[in-house]
Amino acid sequence: MATVMATTLCRYPAWVLITLLALVSGMLSTAAHADSSFDQSMKLLAEKSFKKKAEAVQLLATSNHEKSLEMLQAMSRGDLYYHKKTKAIVYAEKVDGGYQIKDALTGEDLGKVGKRKVKKVAINNKLRSKLTQAMASKQLGADSAEVRLQALESMLSDISADSLPILQGRQKLEEDKDVAEVLAVAVALAQLEDKDEAVRVKALKALDGSLYPAVRIKVTKLVEKDSSKVVQKAAAKVVKTIESRVDLFGNLETLFFGISLGSVLILAAIGLAITFGVMGVINMAHGELIMIGAYTTYVVQLLMPNSIEYSLLVAVPAAFVVSGLVGIAIERGVIRHLYGRSLETLLATFGISLILQQAVRTIFSPLNRSVETPQWMSGTWEINSIFSLTLNRLYIIAFCLLVFFVLHMILKRTRLGLQVRAVSQNRQMARAMGVRSEWVDAMTFGLGSGIAGVAGVALSQLTNVGPNLGQAYIIDSFMVVVFGGVGNLWGTVVAGFSLGIANKVMEPWAGAVLAKILVLVFIILFIQKRPRGLFPQKGRAAEG
Amino acid sequence: MKLKKLVSGIALTLSASMMTTTALAEDTIKVGVLHSLSGTMAISETTLKDTMLMLIEEQNKKGGLLGKQLEAVVVDPASNWPLFAEKARELIEKEKVDAIFGSWTSVSRKSVLPVIEELDSVFFYPVQYEGEESSKNVFYTGAAPNQQAVPAVDYLMNELGVERWVLAGTDYVYPRTTNKILEAYLKAKGVADEDIMINYTPFGHSDWQSIVADVKKFGAAGKKTAVVSTINGDANVPFYKELGNQGISSEDIPVVAFSVGEEELSGIDTKPLVGHLAAWNYFMSVDAEANDEFIEAWHKYIGNEDRVTNDPMEAHYIGFNMWVEAVKKAGTTDAPAVQDAIIGVAVPNLTGGLATMAPNHHITKPVLIGEIQDDGQFEVVWKTNGTVLGDAWSDFLPGSKDLISDWRAPLACGNYNVKTAKCSGQNF
Repeated sequence: MATVMATTLCRYPAWVLITLLALVSGMLSTAAHADSSFDQSMKLLAEKSFKKKAEAVQLLATSNHEKSLEMLQAMSRGDLYYHKKTKAIVYAEKVDGGYQIKDALTGEDLGKVGKRKVKKVAINNKLRSKLTQAMASKQLGADSAEVRLQALESMLSDISADSLPILQGRQKLEEDKDVAEVLAVAVALAQLEDKDEAVRVKALKALDGSLYPAVRIKVTKLVEKDSSKVVQKAAAKVVKTIESRVDLFGNLETLFFGISLGSVLILAAIGLAITFGVMGVINMAHGELIMIGAYTTYVVQLLMPNSIEYSLLVAVPAAFVVSGLVGIAIERGVIRHLYGRSLETLLATFGISLILQQAVRTIFSPLNRSVETPQWMSGTWEINSIFSLTLNRLYIIAFCLLVFFVLHMILKRTRLGLQVRAVSQNRQMARAMGVRSEWVDAMTFGLGSGIAGVAGVALSQLTNVGPNLGQAYIIDSFMVVVFGGVGNLWGTVVAGFSLGIANKVMEPWAGAVLAKILVLVFIILFIQKRPRGLFPQKGRAAEG
Repeated sequence: MKLKKLVSGIALTLSASMMTTTALAEDTIKVGVLHSLSGTMAISETTLKDTMLMLIEEQNKKGGLLGKQLEAVVVDPASNWPLFAEKARELIEKEKVDAIFGSWTSVSRKSVLPVIEELDSVFFYPVQYEGEESSKNVFYTGAAPNQQAVPAVDYLMNELGVERWVLAGTDYVYPRTTNKILEAYLKAKGVADEDIMINYTPFGHSDWQSIVADVKKFGAAGKKTAVVSTINGDANVPFYKELGNQGISSEDIPVVAFSVGEEELSGIDTKPLVGHLAAWNYFMSVDAEANDEFIEAWHKYIGNEDRVTNDPMEAHYIGFNMWVEAVKKAGTTDAPAVQDAIIGVAVPNLTGGLATMAPNHHITKPVLIGEIQDDGQFEVVWKTNGTVLGDAWSDFLPGSKDLISDWRAPLACGNYNVKTAKCSGQNF
């Protein structure tokens, strides 16, 4: 055998031999490092039972092997596979008709195998949290402060007196201010289990005002269970300050939720504020124009799969144009024949909305389409450990204000805006002054529809993109416009925010269903009292 | 004179066309497919219609049934519940179908029920439901609560050590009944009142911010918390998105869902959902030969490799094959004969086992718990040993504890009280 190998080797140039030798020696050196617990864990990883895999994670957590952290990380990402026959742990990459596999330890390329030859090292929730803990314990000494911070935070819920020596050891070395802060909390948490009463009281002092859920849980337990009255009292005080802070942030959170719901309502309604508010057209297909905007986003993402990050920037103008053109087509084709006959307009546009829905079902299938959220829009802006604002909502609030501002500028500062206002106030007079009222009608309707399409882009980030998307928003949109006062953009904004906040304030105690009903009843009563909404249009136009 | 000629002409063509339809009816066995192809439920039900057409086509390739070809009659009840009853009547009376496969929501099934019972036909219902029903004419091939909800709660309690529960659902009959059963079950297991939070939201709810924040607060009390979700359809996507946005991972608060399958996940980006759970009786990822064949046939039929399979599709697969076997056994498609013959019929399911039709018109199913993966598939993390028989009347509700259903002679009753030894006849 050896001779065969030697002769084959002879046929290759010297550099191949050298690389081979380097490889072999590399393998030997890792083998030398390997300890038995690491090898044991590698065997256990290829087992089907989650219990055995949990043992493996435990072994990896305590192992000093240089690859142990890498294995844990790969496992939690779901990158680890095992070869069904050889039980070797490998990395696998999907290729046509199978997997390209690579030994996880040595990085050696093991070639292509069939789909059913390897299997993922499956993990479940229990394992996943074990993995997080195991990785955290290894990453306490990581180079990056951010990684250390994350590791510490994920350890907080699991801290006991045993962790104290390691934590205090780290405390001496830690230079980063944020990490040191969390470390102090962790040390104090561990000290809560100290036998000495004075140490416990001191630890409680250090924890005063800390908002980590783990702190709250542990201190609350102390209030009842601690043997010393002094500690109990101190703990009760800490719980009180924590709870008042939690309440404060809870209220801020509700306010944010309300504003965010309000901004969605405004986005959905602001197009309608133009078509219904300014032109007086009851457009039941408004929701479908929003839906078309959302589908445009989907199509844009299909067309540029490699640059999802920028897709929304392209989708906004695209949706404006597509929905705007559909809107103009509806206006020119149907609505203009029905001006002044609002009931017929209502029925005709309702029919159009059904046609548009079914058209989307036929073109895109009745299934929901998946619109991806760009990286920069996902995640949260964490202010502290219990109060964080979701980024996509923040962007949508900002976007809503931007849309409002632009629309306001168009109506107030451009020629089109001037003509729109002139026609809506007195059509005859405007025509006498040389305004092409028909053209203005089409443009106004197109503008309102285009804005609906832009709203669709925003909504695609929050909800389903499916044929029924529009129906969910049409009632709310009309509600906002009527409540705010027909023909007044400011009214729409104020109405949207106040309805959103009212809804969110009521939701915790009334439930989502009842909160909606209450808002609706309130609006009905309000309209009885002030039929023209919050900000009625003044002047002669109001009588028309 | 001319008029008379015309009238007789019309009469002739009419009678001729009627004769051709009757002739056709004799040549084929008609199967009704009653799934919404438009409206809100089209998203789920269109796939089931396609599944039925595929199954019928395959059966015809195998030579049909009783020497005849099968013919599918597809109607569209348009997600409109009363229309389900009308269309069912049309299928039986006008189209003379021998069996109907259809419905998704419980309310549509309840709407069809009186018609099916009145005209004494056979109806197969393929979706998991709240139980508390056993009709002589309906065969429930989806899961009853004890085949899905109860084992899922057991899993969370025993394997994950969950002590605090959020029961979140859409506001209609299935979530309300299921949650009632689960609440009674949890309390029987010693869970305190303050450790259960129940929340209902309207259909298509899209703003989950405050509810998810509530769940987060509820889960921050130091006990392991889980969400049991009976949230239906479209509302799931924004719900899961909000969970991801507010940073609730499956390790902190796992969500186990009863209405989220492969089809629902195909509409969303599943990366933030990895590790959340679903309880079903079938997953597309199950490693079984029958499953591989089914998936291959489905892809070939629908002409798209990206389409997924799901649990209600398996239910139709089982239900259709059971009906075929029962018809063969009875030697006729007459409804009463098929109703008798189908009890005890066992056909393979897609997870490598057998499904048997029990006397209570429910079937045996394995219960699987799967975790969502980043490719939109589920990884099975737990399954029952063997299969579980669907229970028509829950053992955990005071009103139905003593009820059983057995459609075999001599009992032949869907609602028999074992305490009073009376059959109430109130089957739904």
